[in-house]
Amino acid sequence: MNLILIFVGAVLVNNFVMNKFMGCCPFLGVSKKTETAFGMGMAVTFVITVASLATYFVRQLLVALELEYLQTIAFILVIAVLVQVVELVLRKLSYALYQALGVYLPLITTNCAVLGATILNVDSGYNLIESVVNGFGAAIGFTLAIVLFSGIREKMEMSDLPAWMQGFPGALIAAGLMAVAFSGFAGLI
Amino acid sequence: MDFKALRKTFLNGIFNENPTFRLVLGMCPTLAITYQASNGIGMGLATTFVLVFSNLVISLLRNLIPEKIRIPAFIVIIATFVTVVEMVMHAFLPALYDTLGVFISLIVVNCIIFARAEAFAFKNPPLLSAADGLGMGLGFTLAITLLSCIRELLGSGTIFGTRFMPEWFEPMAIAVQPAGGFILLGLTLAAVTGIAARSQKRKEAAK
Repeated sequence: MNLILIFVGAVLVNNFVMNKFMGCCPFLGVSKKTETAFGMGMAVTFVITVASLATYFVRQLLVALELEYLQTIAFILVIAVLVQVVELVLRKLSYALYQALGVYLPLITTNCAVLGATILNVDSGYNLIESVVNGFGAAIGFTLAIVLFSGIREKMEMSDLPAWMQGFPGALIAAGLMAVAFSGFAGLI
Repeated sequence: MDFKALRKTFLNGIFNENPTFRLVLGMCPTLAITYQASNGIGMGLATTFVLVFSNLVISLLRNLIPEKIRIPAFIVIIATFVTVVEMVMHAFLPALYDTLGVFISLIVVNCIIFARAEAFAFKNPPLLSAADGLGMGLGFTLAITLLSCIRELLGSGTIFGTRFMPEWFEPMAIAVQPAGGFILLGLTLAAVTGIAARSQKRKEAAK
């Protein structure tokens, strides 16, 4: 039951993008087309889930060695390695997806949702399974937000906005309205 | 290295290529912690510190770091300075440390720092890179302090905790909530774009 609560909490109530503002860069940068947004979401989901698993053990190791202050450096290195692995695997297994994601793949390293999720796992004192569930939920929440938002942006492309509203300003206001909708989930848990 | 080039690089980060308003980078901290003016300035200065030193060190090591593993190398250098900021803030500014929370560690993945390392520090001499870091950092600080002042004023009627709004003013809670962050940043960005386009036109007309 607790696990379901953590999952729903991470996907809807504390949505990473809409509520915690993590992963805003790809959210605004890679959301022009639904297809790439979905690909990005999937790649991020994989990285966050595996990173949640890996950093749990790294954290145990750091605690055992009394090197907790190295947490930030250790976590970001683990994430960078994971992203590199994902890149290599995708290149071998699905070259089409690898090409579609292109430059966005290495950028997952600097997606603060990944590092943010792993640090929040530590801060909330989650155990191994809770960490993985929370990471997976956060990633699904990210995917949900970015795919929905890309749908809105595809429609916005056709609308006639004044010059000073085109691009980022308009997109940000649309994101704001989406955040209002997401804040409706606040009382769910 | 002449002084003129340094000044030009420094001012470039504050105005022409302001990371927040012109390049639209580093959106996560810009949106997340700007509900209070003191957060804005604290975050801005912490980021500036990291930016100056990571730019400086990366530029000093630019001929030693192999092209292929530059990204992990950048990450380690940046993460080192972020850890320094984290520890100093924890020791001397515990209140700010608590309000900024996870976002201090997340300076590591602030895309402004990465972008400057990749686009500037890896290709330019140390002093110039440090000037670029300082300019970009202060440009970022200015932008998020401005945004956090607007949000605090509308959301709680205060700036830096001092009340500025008249008695009858009812604080708009949405301004300090996530949704308000997106909307107010959008409006600020629209205003800056509008003003920039106008001054551009005026310049062309003057010619």
